[in-house]
Amino acid sequence: MQLTLWTYEGPPHVGAMRVATAMRDVHYVLHAPQGDTYADLLFTMIERLPRRPPVTYTTFQARDLGSDTATLFKDAAREAYERFRPAALLVGASCTAELIQDDPGGLALALGLPVPVVPLELPAYQKKENWGAAETFYRVVRSLATPHAPPAGFKRPPRPSDRRATCNILGPTALGFRHRDDLRAVREMLDLLGVEVAVVAPLGASPADIARLGEADFNVLLYAETAGQAAQWLTRTFDQPCVRTVPIGVRATRAFIEEVAALAGCDPQPALAGVPSHSSWYSRSVDSTYLTGKRVFVFGDATHAIAAARVAAEELGFTVVGLGSYSREFAREVREAARGYGVEALISDDYLEIEAKVAELQPELVLGTQMERHVAKRLKIPCAVISAPVHVQDFPARYSPQMGFEGANVLFDTWVHPLMMGLEEHLLTMFRGDFEFHDAAPASHLGSAAATAPAAPAQAAPADAVASAAWTPDAERELGKIPFFVRGKARRNTERYAAERALSQITVETLYDAKAHFSR
Amino acid sequence: MNAEAIGCATPATAATAPRVLTERGQREVFCGLTGIIWLHRKIQDAFFLVVGSRTCAHLIQSAAGVMIFAEPRFATAIIDERDLAGLADANTELDRVVTQLLARRPDIKLLFLVGSCPSEVIKLDLSRAAARLSTRFSPQVRILNYSGSGIETTFTQGEDACLASWVPSLPAAPAAPPRLLVVGALADIVEDQMRRTFAEIGAGEVDFLPPRRSTEPPAVGANTRFLLAQPFLGDTARALEARGARHVPAPFPLGARGTRDWFRAAARALDLQPERVERALEPRFERAERALITYRERLAGKRLFLFPDSQLEIPLARFLAEELDAQLIEVGTPYLHRAHLAQELARLPADTNIVEGQHVERQLERCVAAAPDLVVCGLGLANPLEALGLTTKWSIELVFTPIQGFEQAADLAELFARPLLRRTRLVA
Repeated sequence: MQLTLWTYEGPPHVGAMRVATAMRDVHYVLHAPQGDTYADLLFTMIERLPRRPPVTYTTFQARDLGSDTATLFKDAAREAYERFRPAALLVGASCTAELIQDDPGGLALALGLPVPVVPLELPAYQKKENWGAAETFYRVVRSLATPHAPPAGFKRPPRPSDRRATCNILGPTALGFRHRDDLRAVREMLDLLGVEVAVVAPLGASPADIARLGEADFNVLLYAETAGQAAQWLTRTFDQPCVRTVPIGVRATRAFIEEVAALAGCDPQPALAGVPSHSSWYSRSVDSTYLTGKRVFVFGDATHAIAAARVAAEELGFTVVGLGSYSREFAREVREAARGYGVEALISDDYLEIEAKVAELQPELVLGTQMERHVAKRLKIPCAVISAPVHVQDFPARYSPQMGFEGANVLFDTWVHPLMMGLEEHLLTMFRGDFEFHDAAPASHLGSAAATAPAAPAQAAPADAVASAAWTPDAERELGKIPFFVRGKARRNTERYAAERALSQITVETLYDAKAHFSR
Repeated sequence: MNAEAIGCATPATAATAPRVLTERGQREVFCGLTGIIWLHRKIQDAFFLVVGSRTCAHLIQSAAGVMIFAEPRFATAIIDERDLAGLADANTELDRVVTQLLARRPDIKLLFLVGSCPSEVIKLDLSRAAARLSTRFSPQVRILNYSGSGIETTFTQGEDACLASWVPSLPAAPAAPPRLLVVGALADIVEDQMRRTFAEIGAGEVDFLPPRRSTEPPAVGANTRFLLAQPFLGDTARALEARGARHVPAPFPLGARGTRDWFRAAARALDLQPERVERALEPRFERAERALITYRERLAGKRLFLFPDSQLEIPLARFLAEELDAQLIEVGTPYLHRAHLAQELARLPADTNIVEGQHVERQLERCVAAAPDLVVCGLGLANPLEALGLTTKWSIELVFTPIQGFEQAADLAELFARPLLRRTRLVA
């Protein structure tokens, strides 16, 4: 049993719903008690889909448990087929139905429906939403593409030179973080390269599309969380190479374009030059020097957390002081990335643990999920959202991708705007203690709402327990002259410096000794 | 799915009583866990610990509008495979989680262990767990339990189960003259208005269940006359009756007329002086009526279709028809408590179609075919219906917003009028 206040991921059947809702001509019959229909509102209210998810719930109640829930399931599946006439039927159980062991897969197959039935086994007490999406997509791909699979050991023949290269785009789902916009960004790049997109899946794919996945020359995998497993199977079965570079950030976008161009045997130049990127230039603009070494904490699903840390370090010049993910399935990849920044990865889905880490590290910027946004708000640290769990704000009306060159521009804006504006920060440093530039004066672009007390990191940092040295009044006053947004760090560093040297008192001199010692 | 609608015209008391059709099929409704969202705001020192699955945690999080309250007074003890495989003793695990929770939140005085579908199916005995933990943590914390599972409860029934679990341990009222108890969670502002009105009609001190603080519970006994403020409290009423309290039959305090007759019922039960009662109620009633005029103009003759959601549908339909002259095409309700709703049912137009239970696909077909001016439905259905060109009012707002009492009558009407107004304003 685990005490949980907020969860990063829903149960695995919600992952299955994300796949079913993304697709066309499928229907998902879910053996589930009354109340589980709440999941519909994730799609109709958070993503604002104008249609109901293609899901029929058996919504059994206590009185049904006494009689025959298996018959209830069969009736629901038959009726759903007759009503919606899908080209494939997905069947499965939610957490409670898993306990009553009615075997929806077996029951549905026994109905002898004239369409493929894909049974889903999603262990609700072990696994979570993204795993459920990946497993569902994998099962759908396997069931529908296997009839078209070549014999084992198949080697893909070279593409005839008179035919354009084709690829599938794998990973976008319903309720995905910016999947709609990423897809457009990636399609635009592939267009510029002259690569034809055969199938996008699961988003917008029909069972017939899934059946012809094996025909494309290669696959482009955008989100390993939802389609990694299916992509692997396609590579194995159809000898399809897979582009796994996630084009988030300018450098990764270039690498992605080059990788695709190499596989497609085409010239990468049109795509490399095709879209203007402001983010690289803005990052070099002199007013951005203040971004140098900003301490950033990154948390999200594996794909977005790893990418965000890379962009933060390489393209904005931040210092990654923490990197973590709730995607346990990708712990290895996240740990490896974290090592590159000299930090230990935080692999956890306990938001209290992540909150404690943020409080301890006192970063200057948090790049996280909606949950970290709340944590950061409470700790008065600027924050930008980079990953699911999704919120209605993560479905902006405008085009706002994370991927491609335009995506890099979006990242620059989204991450830099929560910070004090560059020139303003320089002014604060130059005129520290000035009557207009002081603690209570908020960044002008943040409006009066930001005027509420800025960070009080001294109380928030648990590291205070070791700080035994007392501040002299002079030193306290001097500390007060340091701009508030770095004051927490200055206090912490000075106290650490004093503690390490067993000083009983912190004077003005100690403050500057520590500053010299820790100067970056 | 049992697709056959079990149609039956219920033999009702009045000859004009509306037809009630019972339908079975997929129910697009919340489970009782959802009640935690308003109950934890109402009872300020209570914590709700759901013993359930990740689905339960996800439901409350999603229904709560995704993470509004930084550190909420609700949580889920998520059952995992170790608990199911018997590798971990579920009771020991629960004790550990409760200990961890109470250590973190010393401000909590009342803890509800809330049963869920999985905990019911694996037959985890939460009443024994509550008794065991109560012994351990009393007197600092009292621990009660109820079921909010979807297999047992629908949406607002969660509040019923919660309050019913509390009634047996409410303090005993000493033998005294009759005293009024208002039952059902109401917004604090509504409660305060009602207290003032009760004082003016001469009802004296009035108690409310649930109380704002668990440490100040109302006393119950043979002198208790209880008045329901919500139409979904069947079990709570039975539990109160078992303690000797007497139910005061009344309509529900929605709209000017509903509220006036609700107060009048209380006055009769307490044998208050009618002139004084009417003198106090009249100006409030007049004011509420005046505030309703604009909305009546907008809603009169409008054709409404209500999907089942909170069991508030019957009194809401009565308010819409009787006080706003709206036309009712169909009134769905997850469950119909015929006794508690007797006065409301009698006031509905004779030809009202009431549907108890749900077969959501058929109901949607009927709704689309009828092309109503306004559909009152849950969040899962609202946008898809809007996309079909229908105008909707999402029903969950009717549960979360203060709508009871004289001063809120116009606010309630406005909730129905706003989507209609909005549609006339938008041109793009």
